Amino acid sequence: MTTATQTCPECDGALTIDDSVRMSEVLECPGCRSELEVVATAPLLLALAPEVEEDWGE
Amino acid sequence: MIRTAVFGAAGYIGGEVLRLLLGHPETEVTAAVSSRFPGKRVDSVHPNLRSATDLTFCDAEQVPECDVVLLATPHRSAMALVRQWASRTELLIDLSGDFRLKDADAYKHYYGVAHEAPELLDSFVPGIPELHRDELRTARLISVPGCMATAGLLALRPPAACGLIASRVLVDGRTGSSGSGATAGEGNLHAERSGAMRVFAPVAHRHEAEIAQHTGLDVRMTATGVEAVRGVQVVCHTELAPGADHRAVRAAYREAYADEPFIRMVAHKRGVYRYPEPKILLGSNFCDIGHAADEGSDRLVVIAALDNLVKGGAGNAVQCLNVRMGWPESYGLSFPGLHPM
Repeated sequence: MTTATQTCPECDGALTIDDSVRMSEVLECPGCRSELEVVATAPLLLALAPEVEEDWGE
Repeated sequence: MIRTAVFGAAGYIGGEVLRLLLGHPETEVTAAVSSRFPGKRVDSVHPNLRSATDLTFCDAEQVPECDVVLLATPHRSAMALVRQWASRTELLIDLSGDFRLKDADAYKHYYGVAHEAPELLDSFVPGIPELHRDELRTARLISVPGCMATAGLLALRPPAACGLIASRVLVDGRTGSSGSGATAGEGNLHAERSGAMRVFAPVAHRHEAEIAQHTGLDVRMTATGVEAVRGVQVVCHTELAPGADHRAVRAAYREAYADEPFIRMVAHKRGVYRYPEPKILLGSNFCDIGHAADEGSDRLVVIAALDNLVKGGAGNAVQCLNVRMGWPESYGLSFPGLHPM
């Protein structure tokens, strides 16, 4: 298995991703904990996955 | 083993210094000085140290020769002890407020009394490994900053040093009751303190001067006591400099703190603990720092949290000791905190 380093589109942190990753798979950035969706595999491309907001104040 | 003596050892900070030094692989505690409890067992005042030590508190006059002196005494009393011990020991670490500010006039303004040893102010190296590591390696006198000051200056220094902050910074500091010390007072009664969200310093808290000194920023601070025993959180409100953005702020933190053993960047998109919170840091030497920018505006919010008695005091002192002695910085400081808490 080989790995590739990608940059998180949210925080610019580095992610190490193995080459078995699939389309639509959701990964978590170790830096900002954003969920990142694999939107292309050749070449590998990540995008922010939709998220549900929390709100404690309303 | 390095022989250490701790003055003010019956206080909360002093107790934490003892706890950390007793668990440190390279240090032994030869004296725990207390003016209130001479002759009393240390573990009768700090029950968490049962079985960790058989020491009894002693008077200042009974302190044997030692290599390192740590002063966890109130401000003003540290000044006299520094004069007494500075030439008698290899290293003196002061955890009081007496030698944090470099300007004697500022000391008088914030502490309400004239400094009694102004000629020594420049001799102290600030006990901030993240900013003064090289100076600490050869220091003989070290002054550890205040708890909220540590959180504030660590949070603000990287963006300030990169010119990313345009204006005055408003620091909203929240602290637990242990920051008030171990001396009884009306304000520390459970009936008065429990459930409090007490603004005890709406303006001119002492720590704002320290944050300004180490960042070069125009800092104003408000401090509030909250329902907690330990922990400090600062929320710093300011404006980005023209042309600066969130990405530049993030890069400034990465550049400054990438290799720091006790700084963690915390600005998570998911989970319960998305931004720095002292709750999960209790007992640890970590300072968590996070930031958020309001996209499309120049607003910047920076948040930092730590345990006021550890990274905000005793742990920072031990980290400085480790730097000074050339030991791994994590010696005695590897506890990661508790969850749940």
